[in-house]
Amino acid sequence: MNLLAIISEALRALRQNRLRTGLTMLGMIIGVAAVVLMLSIGQGARTKINETIAAMGSNLFIVVPGATSSGGFSFGSGSVRTLTINDSHAIADLPSVGATSPVVTGTVQLNYAAKNWSTIITGTTPNYFTVGNWKMESGAAFTESDLRSAARVVILGSVTAKNLFGDEDPIGKTIRITNRPFQVVGVLMAKGQSLTGRDQDDTVIIPITTSERQITGSQFPGSIRYMLVQGKSASDMDIAEIEITQLLRQRHRIAKGKENDFTVRNLTAIADVATDAAKVMSIVLGAIASVSLLVGGIGIMNIMLVSVTERTREIGIRMAIGANQRAILTQFLLEAIMICVMGGLIGLLLGISGAWLVSRFADMLIVITLGMVGLAFLFASAVGIFFGFYPAKKAASLKPVDALRYE
Amino acid sequence: MTFAQTAPATQTLIRIDDLCKSYSLQDASGKTVTNQVLFDINLTIQRGEFVAIMGHSGSGKSTLMNILGCLDTPTSGSYWLDGQNVATLSSNELAHIRNQSIGFVFQGFNLLKRMTALDNVATPLLYAGISRSQSRKRALELLRRTGLERFAEHQPNQLSGGQQQRVAISRALINQPPLILADEPTGNLDTQTSEEIMRLFIQLNEEQGMTIVLVTHEDDIAAYAKRLIRLKDGHVIVDKNNTDADFVGSAP
Repeated sequence: MNLLAIISEALRALRQNRLRTGLTMLGMIIGVAAVVLMLSIGQGARTKINETIAAMGSNLFIVVPGATSSGGFSFGSGSVRTLTINDSHAIADLPSVGATSPVVTGTVQLNYAAKNWSTIITGTTPNYFTVGNWKMESGAAFTESDLRSAARVVILGSVTAKNLFGDEDPIGKTIRITNRPFQVVGVLMAKGQSLTGRDQDDTVIIPITTSERQITGSQFPGSIRYMLVQGKSASDMDIAEIEITQLLRQRHRIAKGKENDFTVRNLTAIADVATDAAKVMSIVLGAIASVSLLVGGIGIMNIMLVSVTERTREIGIRMAIGANQRAILTQFLLEAIMICVMGGLIGLLLGISGAWLVSRFADMLIVITLGMVGLAFLFASAVGIFFGFYPAKKAASLKPVDALRYE
Repeated sequence: MTFAQTAPATQTLIRIDDLCKSYSLQDASGKTVTNQVLFDINLTIQRGEFVAIMGHSGSGKSTLMNILGCLDTPTSGSYWLDGQNVATLSSNELAHIRNQSIGFVFQGFNLLKRMTALDNVATPLLYAGISRSQSRKRALELLRRTGLERFAEHQPNQLSGGQQQRVAISRALINQPPLILADEPTGNLDTQTSEEIMRLFIQLNEEQGMTIVLVTHEDDIAAYAKRLIRLKDGHVIVDKNNTDADFVGSAP
């Protein structure tokens, strides 16, 4: 019997019991839809994290002043201002380090016309934009000469710009920061949330010199809140970390055996942890979804076994008029595979629409790749063959005389 | 299309030598019990014969029929069908023989449900590897000749018993097999329809030279055949040419 004829026989059998075929297929539909949805959510999370990491800047360290204690009472990390701008300059000269950027911060009130806005101010060097991977939406970053002259120029984060200016172009306008006039020279391109969930776009950035003298000035001149350090290459991050630590211990005259008064954090390593977590999450989601596919497969096997028993007489008749074992096996196997393939296709459409709905209404990034679709489909067919084979084999190995006599 | 045999009518179609059939069963205590159903059957059927096999229930006639139809295999002895010893064939080879050399007609018609009469008749051709369109064409031609053309698209449950049996006979004939095996073909039919079906068999036998083996327990049906074989307790007790006189007073 040729394959086309067997396919049409199998289709006829499936049509004969629409409700049962539909319900069996439902197991497959739900399984495949779940796999596609879960994989796409997992892939979306990974993509999102990768984008955040790329936005953060590469090969990045953050160096913060360490905890200090007085009379057994710890003041916590960053409680003293042990890091200085000069530390930053010294670290920049290390062979494994590409660039550094010292940062001072504070909270300020901004005014433009009748609007005012409170935000975090960052005082830093022009390096900050390259090290931190910031791009300009409009205008330009401040320059080394702005830094030297402590010019009153300001770069706005995209959220801050929107809040102060609305649709107006901020470039060249003057805003007041704690009542001092600053000229807007640039607006940053939006970056979104950081890995810790902070909105990175609600910020203003000015030269560190201007900040120290006029905005965030402290009783310790030259001290900074933290510094960003960019390693020269991803492979030398460990060496860079050792060099930075050694240099700072030496500069801060820390005796052997005493604790550091600063902390060097490898942001790339933190990012790796986040990536790994996302990977584990997508594997777990995929595994949970696969269980439903498995359950669907068992449902198919169950129904096929019932179907073989119910149709024993039909099998007997077919054998009497010349069907050999292979023809019977192929017919029943094809019925199972068709349930799976059709269910798989419907499930695929459902999963993709579900993913679209989630991305639309839950504001989540959803990524569907062709590989994912192929995988779900392949998996569905494999389930059909695996769970369809035993019932089909059972049907094919019936003895014609017994099958014909079956009531 | 013609069903005339090319070989001379005297040529042997079926030869059975010392055929035995027994079933192994487990009794309540788990012991294996052997139940022998057929004992040393020897039988020869020539091409073009019309043979009735008779016997009470339990006489072994159904078992013999199943073996003749290659649906079951003998325990010992040999069975030559159309020059081939089928006792030694594999299940796939037996399927081929059933497809090509034997046409079955059953008591319960055994048509495939929810399938049109046309598709039912065409199915053996599909198993023979013939294309769907070709199969349907040949099946329609056969239905036309048995006067069932207008029922071609009817499903079995839309047909009367006699019509269903005629569809089943058409299905049995579609591959032009040398042998028709009919197992109580009139068992589910009324007297008038039974006569029609039997006349169809006689026509196939006399006009087209088909070999027909008929299993029945009804004397008046067996009377249509030209040779009578009677089985009792697994032995052949009567094997003779059929005349109406044979039935007088010989009713079981």
